[in-house]
Amino acid sequence: MFRLDGKTALVTGASGGIGSAIAKTLHAQGAKVVLSGTREAVIRELAEELGQGAFYAAANLSEPSEADALIAKAEDVAGAPLDILVNNAGLTRDMLALRMKDEDWNQVLNVDLAAPFRLCRATLKGMLRRRAGRIVNIASVIGTTGNAGQANYAAAKAGMVGMSKSLAQEAGSRGVTVNVVAPGFIVTPMTDVLPDAQKEKLLSSIPLARLGQPEDIASAVLYLASDEARWVTGATLHVNGGMVMA
Amino acid sequence: MSEIADKVKKIVVEHLGVEESKVTPEASFIDDLGADSLDTVELVMAFEEAFNVEIPEDAAEKITTVKDAIDYIEKQKAA
Repeated sequence: MFRLDGKTALVTGASGGIGSAIAKTLHAQGAKVVLSGTREAVIRELAEELGQGAFYAAANLSEPSEADALIAKAEDVAGAPLDILVNNAGLTRDMLALRMKDEDWNQVLNVDLAAPFRLCRATLKGMLRRRAGRIVNIASVIGTTGNAGQANYAAAKAGMVGMSKSLAQEAGSRGVTVNVVAPGFIVTPMTDVLPDAQKEKLLSSIPLARLGQPEDIASAVLYLASDEARWVTGATLHVNGGMVMA
Repeated sequence: MSEIADKVKKIVVEHLGVEESKVTPEASFIDDLGADSLDTVELVMAFEEAFNVEIPEDAAEKITTVKDAIDYIEKQKAA
């Protein structure tokens, strides 16, 4: 079950905590994996660490042209068409709305929503023709609950869910599935810096009583990327320790 | 038959997986050749690529038969 031998996957944001865990998991299940990120040195090192069947393709997804070109670049370095696309790259520019600049809004919407759309569009072309494919978009629990200071991020992540449902309807007749994984609070450099009091409060709201590990997300992605998930599309899989039950 | 017509026919056969004899000029992609809306979009994109032309959305909507496609592309190429 859940083997990905012979499959080729692209993971964006592969230099981050969750992205690298996803890349490692898909690779361990037999997939060729192309790691993408803005920091070429980091993804190159990670690809070397994974060894055979791991490749890298740097891209700055805030540049539309780089997003448009990434799929072809990834297929070129892997020497195979993509079977799996994981849109994991994202960034935050937190600020209460009253003080949020257009630039912060646009940057987050661009990288967290427009870029994934561009990558989906470019990948779907081939997947529809090949009558197979898996797209897994990484959203966030914040897209469901909202969060003070994250109007831009919440909008992008909620938008991703609506986009994925639409693409799922467009691509379904060709056996291509589009799903979402919505992580809760995961232990990453981003959450490490939270003050202890805030961590305590966070934990008390999580029935499973711990923060998530990047591998918890990777496992969910693996399922949705596998052949076994063939009858699941347009779904959002919440992986948040029970913090929000949507 | 023109070179363009030949090529259009070939793309339709290849893409929709229908028999060549069914791809007559009057054949409607959806009604006669079993295409769905996604197929028609993919066909238009295949024509654009093969003939190096741009087919705007309002023109694409009017391309419903094999002949429509051939006429449109011939007109673009003649221009």
